[in-house]
Amino acid sequence: MGFLSYFISGVSLGAVYAIIALGYTMVYGIARMLNFAHGDVIMVGGFVIFTIVSTLGMPPFVGIVTAVAACTVLGVTIERVAYRPLREASSLAVLITAIGVSYLLQNIALLVFGSNSRQFTPIVTLPNLVLAGGKLTISSTTIVTIITCIVIMIALTLFINKTRMGQAMLAVSEDRGAASLMGIDVNKTIAVTFAIGSALAAIAGALLCSAYPSLTPYTGSMPGIKAFTAAVFGGIGSVPGALIGGIVLGIIENLSKAYISSQLSDAIVFAVLILVLLIRPTGILGRKINEKV
Amino acid sequence: MAILEVKDLEVCYGVIQAIKGISFEVNEGEIIALIGANGAGKTTTLQTITGLLPAKAGQIIYDGTDITRMPGYKLVSMGIAHVPEGRRVFAEMTVLQNLQMGAYTRKDKAEVEETLKTIYQRFPRLEERKNQLAGTLSGGEQQMLAMGRALMSHPKLMLMDEPSMGLSPIYVNEIFDIIKEIHRSGTTVLLVEQNAKKALSIADKAYVLETGKIVLSGSAGEMMDNEQVKKAYLSE
Repeated sequence: MGFLSYFISGVSLGAVYAIIALGYTMVYGIARMLNFAHGDVIMVGGFVIFTIVSTLGMPPFVGIVTAVAACTVLGVTIERVAYRPLREASSLAVLITAIGVSYLLQNIALLVFGSNSRQFTPIVTLPNLVLAGGKLTISSTTIVTIITCIVIMIALTLFINKTRMGQAMLAVSEDRGAASLMGIDVNKTIAVTFAIGSALAAIAGALLCSAYPSLTPYTGSMPGIKAFTAAVFGGIGSVPGALIGGIVLGIIENLSKAYISSQLSDAIVFAVLILVLLIRPTGILGRKINEKV
Repeated sequence: MAILEVKDLEVCYGVIQAIKGISFEVNEGEIIALIGANGAGKTTTLQTITGLLPAKAGQIIYDGTDITRMPGYKLVSMGIAHVPEGRRVFAEMTVLQNLQMGAYTRKDKAEVEETLKTIYQRFPRLEERKNQLAGTLSGGEQQMLAMGRALMSHPKLMLMDEPSMGLSPIYVNEIFDIIKEIHRSGTTVLLVEQNAKKALSIADKAYVLETGKIVLSGSAGEMMDNEQVKKAYLSE
């Protein structure tokens, strides 16, 4: 039963990674850039919910909706102000800018909220699920996280395959110039991608802070890096890859914590990443990317 | 009446000036050919017209509107389609999805279906392979798909960049027959070609580009008889 319990909470942690990884993978697939500030958007989402729910005492639902709205605006603004002017610049310039944006968000949070850890009020208040006559308890946060991840995956897949904007995203991800020749507004498509990724980051923030209820300006950075790892692991640019990468990573992390060493779990996660990349440089589901001249 | 007017256009790649002030006109109902060697600036000219590259100076006027600084995606609904160099079909989409991308700006679903039918009539091979991934088509089929995709937007003016590049002679003839047909059905064509002989055989008028400048222009017949053109481009 112990194993099953660790496994399920691993899946849940992985589901959060997967939701965050979607933001990395979609932005990479469509805008061809690594948005290293993505993890910090999660933190901003967490603080918005914290302010609304814990400080102002409003219902969690209001907190989540506001956080999603705030992060969407934040993501689109970051893209417009920091990344769009660099659309034709070298990828290194964009990468450095993204790291700069990441530090900017952390330091603004540091100014506003200070460096002390805040106690996050769990937003999921349903009873836990007790199975097998009390031998296996699954927390309601775990269940809500997994369900949320499944719903997001289905919705996103439908959005990409069934809507005009989704088709535009596919076209832009394949060939930005050719997409523009079809009449697709590439800038708008990239902005929508950032909007979706950032909205998902807010949801991930809510779930993450419910599972690990302490909030600091650096809360987003480690899960951000892990989710980035998950995206690379699954094959960056691939939506199902983000799901697989996230879940596998979450399970590996939790099982290593349980059976090997909680201090070494991060090292093990990244070691597995290195191994996968040595064997399959494009990740599990990634396809070879032909650099276009 | 000129549907497209390019006036003193200059284009730069960084510090290198690729187009050094060219002017030309495309009249409605014509086939205009831009010919010239590799690196003369033909592709650059087309890419600047459709906004893939920014113009440094000069003007591009389409149908009475200055489109020089207009974002490229807006031109599609105005009636300009561009079949790019190297075809650039969406390799991971099916043939049908590629064609549907071509109609991205059109909201009249029933009419789009009609256009699709006429394109299948013109390119029966595309219908046979409609569920195949575009990346698995042969070069000639991809060229047909790129043309079909451009036609899906129902253009008034079609820019074609090296449609015969890398194709076997049989396909080259077929592609040029199709260009003639597209033109006959009322679309104005601006054609960029290295295969000058073929291009002049279907064009009304031609301009010769050399290192970013227009060095010669005239009717296709005149050009074919021009000694310079014969020597440099018709390999006689």
